[in-house]
Amino acid sequence: MSASLPIADTAHAGRSPWRDARVRFMRHRAAVASVFILALVALACVVGPMLLPNAYDSVDWNLMSAPPTRAGWHLFGTDELGRDLLVRTLIGGRISLAVGLLATLVSVTIGVVWGAVAGFAGGRVDSVMMRIVDMAYAVPYLLIAILVVTVFGRDILLVVAAIAAFSWLDMARVVRGQTLSIKSREFVEAARAIGVPTWRIIFQHVVPNLMGVVVIYTSIVVPGVILSESVLSFLGLGVQEPMTSWGVLIHDGAAVMGAAPWMILFPAAALSITLYCANFIGDGLRDALDPKDR
Amino acid sequence: MWAYVVRRLLVTIPTVLAVVTLCYVLLHLTPGGPFDAERKVSDAVLANLQAKYHLDLPLWKQYLYYLRDLLHGDLGASFRYADWSVNDLVARALPVSLAIGGTSMAVAAILGVALGITAALRQNSAVDIGVMLVANIGSVLPSFVLGPVLVLVFAIMLPLLPSGGWDDFAPRYMILPIALLTLINVSTIGRIMRGSLIEVLSSNFIRTARAKGLPMRVVVLRHALRPALLPVVSIIGPLAISSITSAIVTESWFSIPGLGKLIVNGASDRDYTLVLGLVVLVTVMAVLLNLLVDLAYAWLDPKIRY
Repeated sequence: MSASLPIADTAHAGRSPWRDARVRFMRHRAAVASVFILALVALACVVGPMLLPNAYDSVDWNLMSAPPTRAGWHLFGTDELGRDLLVRTLIGGRISLAVGLLATLVSVTIGVVWGAVAGFAGGRVDSVMMRIVDMAYAVPYLLIAILVVTVFGRDILLVVAAIAAFSWLDMARVVRGQTLSIKSREFVEAARAIGVPTWRIIFQHVVPNLMGVVVIYTSIVVPGVILSESVLSFLGLGVQEPMTSWGVLIHDGAAVMGAAPWMILFPAAALSITLYCANFIGDGLRDALDPKDR
Repeated sequence: MWAYVVRRLLVTIPTVLAVVTLCYVLLHLTPGGPFDAERKVSDAVLANLQAKYHLDLPLWKQYLYYLRDLLHGDLGASFRYADWSVNDLVARALPVSLAIGGTSMAVAAILGVALGITAALRQNSAVDIGVMLVANIGSVLPSFVLGPVLVLVFAIMLPLLPSGGWDDFAPRYMILPIALLTLINVSTIGRIMRGSLIEVLSSNFIRTARAKGLPMRVVVLRHALRPALLPVVSIIGPLAISSITSAIVTESWFSIPGLGKLIVNGASDRDYTLVLGLVVLVTVMAVLLNLLVDLAYAWLDPKIRY
């Protein structure tokens, strides 16, 4: 025993679980590439419209329904009103991504709080809260979103709210399950023994330990939410002209795709690439963070 | 078993009630009433109209009236389509949606199970990879991209089928919408069937069956199929509910006069009663479908006894 323990010596000191996760994530080539591509798409959407000479709602009277051309920087062509499609695709991307992020933020917050409180409280509180989740599961959420639009008119913030209101259910279930297993651990018991109030145990001791599953499930929520916004916009119930989003552009492009295929091609490609990348990143995060897969 | 059915129904009723209440309250948050027209009607007429639709009563009484009508299967009058009740509109649209949705669900289930079995039996072969690649198209392309692609290929490049429209259940107009909805669901079913059959085939009772010398066909059909179908059955409910989204997209893309088109039109016309009625109707159908799926599950799985 007195012989040195080599394992203890070879400085494994810096290996936090998050560093482990990062190393595993880096091994997932497609996920890493997806992060770069997605960052590029986001950057283009944010910065692009400022650098390009055209505005998303300005009309080029000389070039209407023009295929992609270098003249006037219409690299993606123009729509039937002569508006530049490159800038419109980027602006539409801003809307789609912003809606995606905002709705995800709201839904993840609700889901984590709901699940953690239900799991930690247990008993009757838990069963009532989870029954509510069960009930919400049965509701076709797009219909509620449509109803909200019917009642309040078309308003992008409402669209976000409606989407978020029904996308936190999975998160709540998973978080509750994890909370159940965490709440019987020693550090929670210790916190309770020294008199930490319940809400602080939940948010300072339980929730940080849930971050693995939260990240994994967030990566599933993001593409779903972006897709929901696009569907609503495609149906003409999302953002309003002259503002646009990928769903709107795809809808408008689809109507004339026989004559002007570029009008649907670019927005559809942008959306598909984004969804693809989001899915790959989700896969990578699952490999990196899922404790079952080690 | 019956106790289970009753218990499930007891959960179902509050769900439906909660949805109805939520939607009803949402609708009544809006300012203005249905008779705030630009051309003023006389006060007496207005009073009569309001009395007819119970609008002169406090909200909770109106709500109780609505519930009573709902229990009698009366969804009220449409705001936009004068002379039409929501029931009339639904009666015309429902068969159309059921024909499209039901057929595609059945085709997707049969095709998905068949593809899943094929892929599972020839695991990692070219057939497996090919089948799964084709099946995956539906799951990576959203319905509102796949729809235009189908039209582009089968209506514009190869002018075989109409690009949209409806002619009293003429099959020509039904093929593309059904194909679209099928493509979206077949991949999920196929993948789940493949995974679950592979798992079942590696279990002990299958080894026993094969050791007895049964031919593979009998092993699969008589022993492996039933347990392998369980996950497929349990996904049908959620899949049908998520298909409501793609069904709405499909109907509005192909201009099919079904429930989805009706609800989108209702939303853009802000036809409150129509949208409310449709949301209630579809929710009830979704909840009942889930119940049916759970019962089928109980019937299929010998391990579950309620």
